[in-house]
Amino acid sequence: MPRLKSVEELESLRAELRAARDPKRPCLTVCAGSGCTAAGAHDVLAGLRRALAKHGLQDAIDVKSTGCHGFCERGPLMIVWPEGTFYNQVTANDAAAIVASVSNGHVPVEKLLYRDPVSGKRVIREEEVPFYARQQRVLFGNNGRIDPKDIKDYLHVGGYAALARVLSTMSPEQIVDAVTRSGLRGRGGAGFPTGLKWKLCRENPAPRYLICNGDEGDPGAFMDRSLLEGNPHSVAEGMIIGAFALGVQEAYVYVRAEYPLACEHLRAAIDQAEEYGLLGDDILGTGMKLRIHLVKGAGAFVCGEETALIASLEGRVGEPHPRPPYPAQKGLWGRPTVINNVKTWASVPVIINWGPDWYAGIGTEKSKGTMVFSLVGKINNTGLVEVPMGITLREMIYDIGGGIPGGKALKAIQIGGPSGGCIPADLIDLPIDYERLTEAGSMMGSGGMVVMDETTCMVDIARYFMEFLEDESCGQCFPCRKGTQRMRQILTRICAGNGTEDDLLLLEDLGWLMKQASLCALGQTAANPVLTTLRYFRDEYLAHIRERRCPAKVCRELIFYEIEPTLCDGCHACVRVCAGDAILGEKEAIHTIDRAKCTRCGACLEVCQPRAVRAGTGELVCRN
Amino acid sequence: MQAGLDGRVLTFTKAGFAAPACRGTGGGTLVMTETELQQADSILGQFDDRRANLIAILQDIQAHFYYLPEDVLRRLARKLRIPLTDVYQVATFYRCFSLVPRGRHQVQVCLGTACHVRGAPRVLDRILTDLKLGAPGTTRDRQFTVLTVRCVGCCGLAPVVRVDNKTHPHLTQAKVRGVLNKYRLKRQSQEEVASAEEAGDRDATAQVG
Repeated sequence: MPRLKSVEELESLRAELRAARDPKRPCLTVCAGSGCTAAGAHDVLAGLRRALAKHGLQDAIDVKSTGCHGFCERGPLMIVWPEGTFYNQVTANDAAAIVASVSNGHVPVEKLLYRDPVSGKRVIREEEVPFYARQQRVLFGNNGRIDPKDIKDYLHVGGYAALARVLSTMSPEQIVDAVTRSGLRGRGGAGFPTGLKWKLCRENPAPRYLICNGDEGDPGAFMDRSLLEGNPHSVAEGMIIGAFALGVQEAYVYVRAEYPLACEHLRAAIDQAEEYGLLGDDILGTGMKLRIHLVKGAGAFVCGEETALIASLEGRVGEPHPRPPYPAQKGLWGRPTVINNVKTWASVPVIINWGPDWYAGIGTEKSKGTMVFSLVGKINNTGLVEVPMGITLREMIYDIGGGIPGGKALKAIQIGGPSGGCIPADLIDLPIDYERLTEAGSMMGSGGMVVMDETTCMVDIARYFMEFLEDESCGQCFPCRKGTQRMRQILTRICAGNGTEDDLLLLEDLGWLMKQASLCALGQTAANPVLTTLRYFRDEYLAHIRERRCPAKVCRELIFYEIEPTLCDGCHACVRVCAGDAILGEKEAIHTIDRAKCTRCGACLEVCQPRAVRAGTGELVCRN
Repeated sequence: MQAGLDGRVLTFTKAGFAAPACRGTGGGTLVMTETELQQADSILGQFDDRRANLIAILQDIQAHFYYLPEDVLRRLARKLRIPLTDVYQVATFYRCFSLVPRGRHQVQVCLGTACHVRGAPRVLDRILTDLKLGAPGTTRDRQFTVLTVRCVGCCGLAPVVRVDNKTHPHLTQAKVRGVLNKYRLKRQSQEEVASAEEAGDRDATAQVG
């Protein structure tokens, strides 16, 4: 492919690509994101190719692997175009039936259609599935349509049109102005206005640098991964536009090492963009120069913090430094640097294409546009959800998420990763935007949303996050290094039933201190999960302390397992999985648990079909 | 901070120290062979001498040898003209790196929030018991290294365990043995099968009895 030398050449190539494709030609697209791949998407792809070859249809029907659709729970997912028939939980064995249905006038394969759990009806198209119906997929819309490793697909759906428009009609100032007017705020968590950040950076002398922060370390969040895997060109396009606005010639993408597929797809995207003349020297014949370097992280949560990330890019340990100076003044190699999240960069072409006023029309007064959440944990429909800002938690959990599995009660929603907080079930009508979440003691963060039900212990969750943060604290400043360690020790003590009520006051004191005195956001927000659980679930802490009872029956030291003799059918399943040989009883006879030997691993509870194994907590524990 | 250090203290000695044979150390000890040193030099040769390349070079070394051999770190420090302590600091700060050899198969147990609330800690315990490990680390036969990771981004399939490059979704304690058996040495798994059969026979006898 010869490099494109002008905006006109790009547009004529696009027209050529569109003319060459028959919109009526059948195409089977299979989601090959990390989730669906783990569920067997590549077997499905191979199965489809075999079935097509068997019927001699490989030249009549296309097969394509695409990026993540977001509905990971029901993977592997696929769509049959042009009808848009949506199949879920497909296996390689279904390939023959799918190929047969496409070649025979396209009667949908009934058993692979999504079944609405409420009405029990089968749904044919993706947008009719309740999980998708309430979403507004501005960033993720193309994920299920394009092959992320083929730039032609991206061009076909209008890719790089925003870049063409910027290069031919807009000045750098106009771009910064458009981003400012759109009201876009940083999608990495802190929500700093993007336009303002760009403006501040432009005031400082060149050379300037530009960084895309793809170090998505928050456990429970995977939207950056999905975007880099499913539509890497959209991120690259946003960065090229940003580079034009800021007069940048070197840009970096920092991606977590745990995301091999994202790195692979982004690498391919950068290479293709260079081949087509959309990156490199003389971009589209305008004389603009830009190189994008892909840098893999080496596994450190703190590197998601911008100054630590910059240190890591320079080949040093990821230790943050105090701000100011902000990276926009003094960043990479001591030069002015703009660092934005993956989703922020991907939002830029959208704003240029649809106009800043359209974008500002979505969302609430202070939080504009759409936000991507990963809805995970104890919820029926787990996956990625893109919604307008201001939607309520109730709509998220019940309309999109389909409620809590097993008819259990919702207890809390943890938003914003380890820096966020737990919001209790009674605040379920809270609209989601930056300000409201902060008021409730949580934060937007990168958009991880972990749903917890009555079987989740809030003290255990607080301990979990503190353990995580103690492990990930870089150790540079004392309040964070020692504070996380002390808090984890106290929480572990409470979980073991050895806490005192004074411990709760100590936790609050430590939390306040860390907030005031820590160097970077990791330490300043580390206490949030503890402080919010103390604020909303104090009685659960008190149950652990006063009654040595874990109401959710999670904390091992405070629970026991027993077998209800009237329900036990002597199937021996629990005996086989027991880690401590603690279950007594021959096959076909009623089993009993020897509490002295029991390690309380809970494996027996998992396998017991007649539900005879039960967990208990409270005074009986003392009798052990 | 550092996972994969195996709880052992690394001593930088000239002679190195003996360790059982493992992948990537053909000589059978941590003293490197000529061929391995040549391989290391060719990795180092692919980069220029800028300090900014330090992490990228360490990643390549780790990918090739499955750990960071001391000899190579010394050569790297000379190449970049930085003190060995700087290399050591970076090598021990980041989770990806290990100063001791890792096992043939890397078992990454995800302990992200979604996996945690769906029972990952218990899956981890079961894996450790099954591999006779007290804490995450490498088994005596160097077949497995168990590591904990914070989110591999497959939260919809929680709890997950990634062995080498394959992600195993929706794990339960009962499924652990089956997953690990896929990666055990043939000889070992035959023994497993044999002992399982024996146990089965015992069950049958007990029933008859």
